[in-house]
Amino acid sequence: MSINLDGRAMRQVYPFAAIVGQEDMKLALLIAAVDQGVGGVLVFGDRGTGKSTAVRALAALLPKRPVVAGCSYNCAPEKMAGLCETCAPGAKPKSKLEPMPVVDLPLGATEDRITGALDIERALAGGEKKFEPGLLARAHGGFLYIDEVNLLEDHLVDLLLDVTASGENVVEREGFSLRHPARFVLVGSGNPEEGELRPQLLDRFGLCLEVKTPTEMADRIEVVKRRDLFERDRAAFVDSWQKEEDKIRRRIKRAQAMIGDINVPDDVLALAVKLCMTLGSDGIRGEITLIRAARAAAALDGAKQVNTAHLRKVAPLALRHRLRRNVLDEVDTGVRVSRALAEVLPA
Amino acid sequence: MSAALAASLLAVDPAGFGGLRLRSRAGPARELFLADLAALLPEGKPLRRMPASISEDRLLGGLDLGATLATGQPVAMRGLLAESHGGVIVAAMAERLPANTIAHLCAALDTASLHIEREGMHAHVDARFALLALDEGEDDEGLAPSLCDRLAFHVGEPDEEPLAERREVIRARELLPRVHLDPAQMDELVAVASAFGIGSPRACLFALRTARAHAALNERDAVDADDLQLAARLIFAPRATQLPAPPEQPEEEMPPEPQEDRASDDTPPDEQETNMPEPGAESMVDAVRAALPADLLRKLIAGEPARRSPQHGGSGLEKRTLRRGRPAGSRAGDLTGGARLALLDTLRAAAPKQVLRRKLLPAGAAHPPLLLRKEDLRIKRLIERTRVATIFVVDASGSQALHRLGEAKGAVQLLLAECYVRRDEAALIAFRGKDARLLLPPTRSLARVRRELAQLPGGGGTPLARGIALAANMADAIRRKGDTPVLVFFTDGQANITNEGVGDRAKAEVDATEAAKHLRASGTRCLLIDTSPRPQPRARKLAEDLGARYLPLPAAQAQKLSAAVKAELPR
Repeated sequence: MSINLDGRAMRQVYPFAAIVGQEDMKLALLIAAVDQGVGGVLVFGDRGTGKSTAVRALAALLPKRPVVAGCSYNCAPEKMAGLCETCAPGAKPKSKLEPMPVVDLPLGATEDRITGALDIERALAGGEKKFEPGLLARAHGGFLYIDEVNLLEDHLVDLLLDVTASGENVVEREGFSLRHPARFVLVGSGNPEEGELRPQLLDRFGLCLEVKTPTEMADRIEVVKRRDLFERDRAAFVDSWQKEEDKIRRRIKRAQAMIGDINVPDDVLALAVKLCMTLGSDGIRGEITLIRAARAAAALDGAKQVNTAHLRKVAPLALRHRLRRNVLDEVDTGVRVSRALAEVLPA
Repeated sequence: MSAALAASLLAVDPAGFGGLRLRSRAGPARELFLADLAALLPEGKPLRRMPASISEDRLLGGLDLGATLATGQPVAMRGLLAESHGGVIVAAMAERLPANTIAHLCAALDTASLHIEREGMHAHVDARFALLALDEGEDDEGLAPSLCDRLAFHVGEPDEEPLAERREVIRARELLPRVHLDPAQMDELVAVASAFGIGSPRACLFALRTARAHAALNERDAVDADDLQLAARLIFAPRATQLPAPPEQPEEEMPPEPQEDRASDDTPPDEQETNMPEPGAESMVDAVRAALPADLLRKLIAGEPARRSPQHGGSGLEKRTLRRGRPAGSRAGDLTGGARLALLDTLRAAAPKQVLRRKLLPAGAAHPPLLLRKEDLRIKRLIERTRVATIFVVDASGSQALHRLGEAKGAVQLLLAECYVRRDEAALIAFRGKDARLLLPPTRSLARVRRELAQLPGGGGTPLARGIALAANMADAIRRKGDTPVLVFFTDGQANITNEGVGDRAKAEVDATEAAKHLRASGTRCLLIDTSPRPQPRARKLAEDLGARYLPLPAAQAQKLSAAVKAELPR
């Protein structure tokens, strides 16, 4: 059942290119756009630093990707789940290009809307038992964004943890027993002052960063100036940034096309491993994410191989949340990563 | 005067300003003020009152129980946010709004729309409104900071001052889009905001709008110095976190250096000077300074961090969030014993059987659109896990400072890590000098406890009795919420300040013993960590009086500590 109470309230969003500063946040989101396998982005920070703005702005930049036309599970043509009529075994579905979805998981969302549930309208009208896919299906192949992720109900967090770990949504409810692919980039944002994030959820994010209010006066003025222009005439503002937006769009596309051919030299790989060992980051996930992120950063730069500059740029993003938590240590984990960087990779 | 002016400005562009936070007690003055404001709002637009206890269904919309059952078709019901589109929402007792309501309001204020994914509904709805938050919070309690940030105006008790005339407001509304503001004026406003340690860009945007709206109210099409000054005063004064450094002010008058992990909206001290506004903005600085709330000013001058200023004091909030029963699906059952119907799940259970049930009816018999049977009923399951709140009671007196306040702090942090993993709450009480103080009410934010602890100074007498009494009060308050308190004392048990705050060792010990026995009678679980270098008989005796488990700190290694605390926890 999908009830639309009113017309779709669509408003123009603030352009990604017009965000002042916040280079870490922009880089992390672009990396996730280029290589979805990097595993999610977590953005922590003060109020009013444009966390949600950036994520929503990203949607406008994402390139199209092929999906099975009419498939309610957003199946990729080469990997169909065969759950709906369009991609049932034997069917000859057409594929089409569709924008990569950026699905909002609003606070207050209920479990049935997230996992999907019995389509009650059809059930009541015709006694037909039909599954209506939820947000997880809609986000497949794209992004799932949770603002105020630290306020999410625990049982929904559990559910998301399970899905991000397995890449599929397993539904066992109302007589349904089905599973469908649900691979997406999880993007979370929140303010740590309003409640901490469960450690288990923290681990699931590939990249993690903290945004701060700009300290430079000129930047602050620019933030206010642009925002004011935007509020006063959205359409004109968005138009004036069209060119810059196109540039980023092309950059993502080019990076996606070339990322498969980017080489990671052995010495860079060794440095990455050394960096993780110096920091004592848990498990092997740190190294893998670090290399993947560095490769995506290289692709965004148009470089043919990963160099130490790329490594340096992405190390804080990929590692800061993987350090063993030492509550006695007052030092910010981001600072610890930079220290280790200075040791392993002297400038 | 500022309440009336803020209300007049708000009426010019309600949604543009997000709203108004009125820190005022309920009473005729407030009602009159609200009625006056309502009379200025655009005609024919909704003005809705929202109780603090509003349910998520009513706020966001959900299934309409009556209509759904009557028609046998799911019928959607609009929520209050959508119903208020174009108008104003009045939130009574806004300081008591639960975190989820706050988050929904914030999201709607940000996007002027509503995105709903619940109970089988999927909707994007326009919801552009202004919020009047009636905040009756006491000093320590107040509207959540995230929501405060999104409401332009923060004002106190309204006085007799009249609001603008309706025709003035209507004219200003027409003029507003054409009001010009110079880029240099914008720079000045941003500089003033920085000088007062205001980091959120929203404040600057509100100030710009205020200046424009004020010009429009005065029938000018360009912003002048008066408008800027007023905007700075109305918007920045309630948000100030620091005083700008006047050139003659000596170094030591500055607020203490900000902690590394402190919210970065206070600029580091060295930046204050560089951020010192241009001479042109000086009148604005003065205007803001003159309008600073009295207690805030005192704190800023005394060098106390302004973090606990009223608009940052949303401490009561997290407690409530966590106390919501966790919805855990539904189960078959009947509606006795106050159980709540899970309508959607009930419909889902009934739906597949409708065709069959209709067939079983005598041919041509009239029947309701939906054939519900008792076995279809599904009721909501809520799991309410009692939360544990660990209260750390830290002796920060002179004898402690000499010994091992540092180590006690370390031990508290170890235990905090434990709380963090278990998602428990922690509170912090310290006693030293003449009195005990609640440094942090129960919170789940480890960062805040850590920060508070790092800033805890040591020295002075040991008002042990007062420390125990305050801890007992806190424990009672936690129990009243339905949670379980656990007390962890860090002390050497050497009391020397009496209940009256006088230095008298013998009397102080008697008082402490009495307070301890009193606390014991309440049955609160306690743990006493003896922080003296060698285990002290006095501390051991205190532990006995408290009915507390005793653990000397030298032996209290991390694992032992955690194990000891765990043993005190309800399973």
